Amino acid sequence: MYPDEFKYTREHEWVKVEGDLGVVGITFHAQQALGDIVYVELPKVGSQAVQGKAIGTVESVKAVSDIYAPVSGEVVEVNETLTQTPELLNRDPHGEAWLAKIRLSAPEELERLLSAAQYRDLVAEES
Amino acid sequence: MVGFGGWEMPVQYSGIVEEHLAVRRAVGLFDVSHMGEIEIRGPEALALTEFVTTNQASRLRVGQAQYSALLYEHGGFVDDLLVHKVADDHYFLCVNAANQEKDYEHIRRRNRFRAEVEFAGPRYAQLALQGPRALQTLAKLTETDLSAIAYYHFTDGRVAGAPARIARTGYTGEDGFELYLAPAEAPRIFRELLGAGAEFGIRPCGLGARNTLRLEAKMALYGHEIDASIRPPEADLNWIVKMDKGEFVGREALERLAAAGVRRKLMGFEMRGPGIARDGYPVYVEGRPAGWVTSGGPAPYLNKNIGLCYLPLELARIGRPIEIAVRGRLIPAETVRTPFYKRARPD
Repeated sequence: MYPDEFKYTREHEWVKVEGDLGVVGITFHAQQALGDIVYVELPKVGSQAVQGKAIGTVESVKAVSDIYAPVSGEVVEVNETLTQTPELLNRDPHGEAWLAKIRLSAPEELERLLSAAQYRDLVAEES
Repeated sequence: MVGFGGWEMPVQYSGIVEEHLAVRRAVGLFDVSHMGEIEIRGPEALALTEFVTTNQASRLRVGQAQYSALLYEHGGFVDDLLVHKVADDHYFLCVNAANQEKDYEHIRRRNRFRAEVEFAGPRYAQLALQGPRALQTLAKLTETDLSAIAYYHFTDGRVAGAPARIARTGYTGEDGFELYLAPAEAPRIFRELLGAGAEFGIRPCGLGARNTLRLEAKMALYGHEIDASIRPPEADLNWIVKMDKGEFVGREALERLAAAGVRRKLMGFEMRGPGIARDGYPVYVEGRPAGWVTSGGPAPYLNKNIGLCYLPLELARIGRPIEIAVRGRLIPAETVRTPFYKRARPD
């Protein structure tokens, strides 16, 4: 369920490192807890993400939830597909429904994130 | 599961959208056992019911129900409720879960009649079977002639062998039934109803779909459209207030309000820009703060983002461009006619 090569936040985001970029998304658990996702607000390309600060919003039928940056750096690309098909976040949260690519300005931040095993434990506690 | 007034309630089973659409197109089943029940009995049961509620209980026939409200002396809402006439000396009230103790105390303290008030919530579970296939589903489990129960009427019968009060009422904008039964029987009957509705694609439905369905049908939710600070004419609920029926709690305040003039009104709106209005978001008209959103969100059947808001009376016109402050950004919306959804062939 939760890929070993990802790092995770306690707020249920994931990040996958590709070279000097971090690909960011929300976890399977996050989309499941939110339910039917109907709206996504993505960060602007060129904006600066700061680890732990909000970079966007995801809304389901029942609730609004902030997306927090798992890593700091410049947002270099966002997944525009999601603005038209937000339901993709329910179908493929760890794959096609990535949210943004961030150029890592402080790669050491990755060490503060959870491993897949730690994240699985967190989800187990919360369910 | 989420906590709700001391109850553990599922927000969703298979998903709010799927559950919502099942109710609009086929049938859905809600466990609404958290709802409260209050029974009023005795030779002056009617007099007490008339005194504490706003609608005209004296017009009910045995086996009939009406939507009504409990008001404070100052005219604000204690709660909204359904009043059922069981017998000349017996009225059965269905009230909101979180308000049931408050409602009971409110009625009991104003009981200067030969009537007894019973806090009956623990004696009843409630299941709501809603949607165009509700009748066919329930018919498999009862010998009661359901088609003989008109909308907002009820009868006492049996469902899957257990005694049940079968009311043709609901909170979804669809045809359907609300069943009041003994809590011990509820889990079994819940499962049997799911079995009976399987051929129609029945879905168990949670609080999430209950909220989106009632919003599309523009039915008020206590704590959102109505509360102690809101009075019936403001909430578009004058139709459940019968000023000519005689004395009742809140009447004098409503007379004063009518003389002074209502200042604000509940209005429906649709979002015109990208964004979803939520409960509590500020509403702007021509760049100035004008009101607040009472309920808002996606309307799964209509496929729009809708909401209800309070606006000053002078701004409360259908077709007016307004703006909703969504996390600090003003998103265009427009006031529209309500209800947002009305079923094609009511009953």
